[in-house]
Amino acid sequence: MDQGDPIVVRGLNHWFGNGDARKQAVFDVSMRVKRGSLTILMGPSGSGKTTVLTLMGCLRDVQDGSVNLLGEELNGASEQSQVMLRRQLGFIFQAHNLHDSLSARQNVLMGLQVHGKGDDAAQERAADHMLDLVGLADRRTYLPGNLSGGQKQRVAIARALVSNPQIVFADEPTAALDKQSGQTVVEMLAALGEQRSTTTLMVTHDNRILDLADRIVTLEDGRIVSDTAPV
Amino acid sequence: MTALLSRLLGRIPIGWLQLTHSKSRLTVALAGVAFANVLVFVQLGISGGLNQTINLSYQPIQADIIISSSDANTLSDGSPVARQRMFQALSVPGVAQATPLYLALTDWVREDGGSTSLQVYGFPPEAGNFVNPLYADRLPDLRLPSTALLDRQSRGVSFEDDDLPTLNAPLEAELGGVAMDIIGTFSIGAGFSADGNLLVSDQTFLRLFAQRSAGTPSHILVRAEPGYDLTSLSERISTAISSDAVIVRPLQEAIASDVSYQTTERPTGLIFGFGVVMGAIVGVVIVYQVLSTDVADHLREYATFKAMGYKQRFFLGLVFEEAVIMAVLGFIPGVLISLGIYAGMAAATGLPIEMDLPRAASVLVGTIVACALSGAIATRRLAAADPADLF
Repeated sequence: MDQGDPIVVRGLNHWFGNGDARKQAVFDVSMRVKRGSLTILMGPSGSGKTTVLTLMGCLRDVQDGSVNLLGEELNGASEQSQVMLRRQLGFIFQAHNLHDSLSARQNVLMGLQVHGKGDDAAQERAADHMLDLVGLADRRTYLPGNLSGGQKQRVAIARALVSNPQIVFADEPTAALDKQSGQTVVEMLAALGEQRSTTTLMVTHDNRILDLADRIVTLEDGRIVSDTAPV
Repeated sequence: MTALLSRLLGRIPIGWLQLTHSKSRLTVALAGVAFANVLVFVQLGISGGLNQTINLSYQPIQADIIISSSDANTLSDGSPVARQRMFQALSVPGVAQATPLYLALTDWVREDGGSTSLQVYGFPPEAGNFVNPLYADRLPDLRLPSTALLDRQSRGVSFEDDDLPTLNAPLEAELGGVAMDIIGTFSIGAGFSADGNLLVSDQTFLRLFAQRSAGTPSHILVRAEPGYDLTSLSERISTAISSDAVIVRPLQEAIASDVSYQTTERPTGLIFGFGVVMGAIVGVVIVYQVLSTDVADHLREYATFKAMGYKQRFFLGLVFEEAVIMAVLGFIPGVLISLGIYAGMAAATGLPIEMDLPRAASVLVGTIVACALSGAIATRRLAAADPADLF
């Protein structure tokens, strides 16, 4: 095994519900994700891609199988160690989930303050720099209510990346964006990944961005049915 | 404010920003907290007024020990005491002086047609040592038949400073059908059981209340020799009297017992106490409603923070931040409105209803505790903020 691989999944199974309603959603999934790569998880609705993403992102407890994230085994990991691991990750959601009463800068700062109180000025510089990178230097003090959908998503990306996470998990980050904005967002993720060796795992249905991925994993009925590099 | 809170909290003051982001919700929340504060303050004000009037009712009396009927829960109720108890008490070593005290209520129909109920205190004129030094020197004047000192703070009574009744220029009054001369004044104020007070000699008292007899005063007042422990002296007097019909206590103990009885066993005291509890509950419910709605409205954002690695205590801190801000900001209008209500109630009733610092401070602390309690209940909804649901 390559010790550098940030995500290693082996024989992962997952069920939802209890008793007669118990239903298996993920079947014997195994995969390995290389550092700095952009991997896209595809598949129809209900194929289990989001479940796999949340299991890898330690947002759900692993029931069966193994998920090794940044060298830590998640099966049986304590809540505390999962919280500490999450601080090394970045999450971008389909909905931006920005806090409506915080400015763009304050929302981005939340991605830094989770690590504790630091030098306020340095944190603000880092947040401003990140907003510069996503093209929102002139919108730092804007509340989310005064930003367009694309701008909000870019703030969410800045928030996810400002702490320089080792892995970014993104769920349909372009779903609410027009083609141009979607393209820009994914190009930005790919470029930042390249610059910072950030590993990105993205769930998407958006065929327009597939050519930006290093690898495309397709799931159906909870199983990996293809694992390819784009042509 | 945001910068100040940032410094205090060491993080972005999300609670403050969240509250001020929705001005209408903040206004409703503060109005709710202020309303609850006013409810509590009004109840405490009246309750405090009750306590104060009980204490004031003892103001004319100067004594170390009081001998009362065993069924007398307050100064003005209970059966009379046989005057022979006074002589029995005087035989106990350590007792310096004793005097009977006569108490009863009467009505004064004023010249303007209004009526003022008066608590009448009857002292022997030679018992100046048992009367408040502020007006004890007037006691000998009361030897004149049908003369009295009137409480100038009695409800419905008003005198200009240069128009006060004196011995040479008395105010004629008819009390309970008996013509009286008011030859001076003193100050106590209205209470819950009477509009004011009147000080008379024992003989005038018996003229006013023909059904009462000199041999059965309301209480016996005792002065102790210097250096005697009042509790043990009371016990010795009680032993000497040897009767279950009376209770012998240091005066301060009797006052405390009176306050306790009237505030915890009489319906009025219980109602005020209940009102305080109700006010607190209203405050908790209002703040809980606001915080709970606020948490519910921000579940996705909180779940996002959870996904980012924020711990539960961060969210608890955030909700408590909101609770404390609401408590403090709601308290300010609450205390200002209450001050206005106090002034109105005091003017309308003549009762000593006043705001004091300990009461204001305790209500502020209580408000913060109640809001924090509401916050603690509201944080249960945070459990619903599951980051896995965001995907």
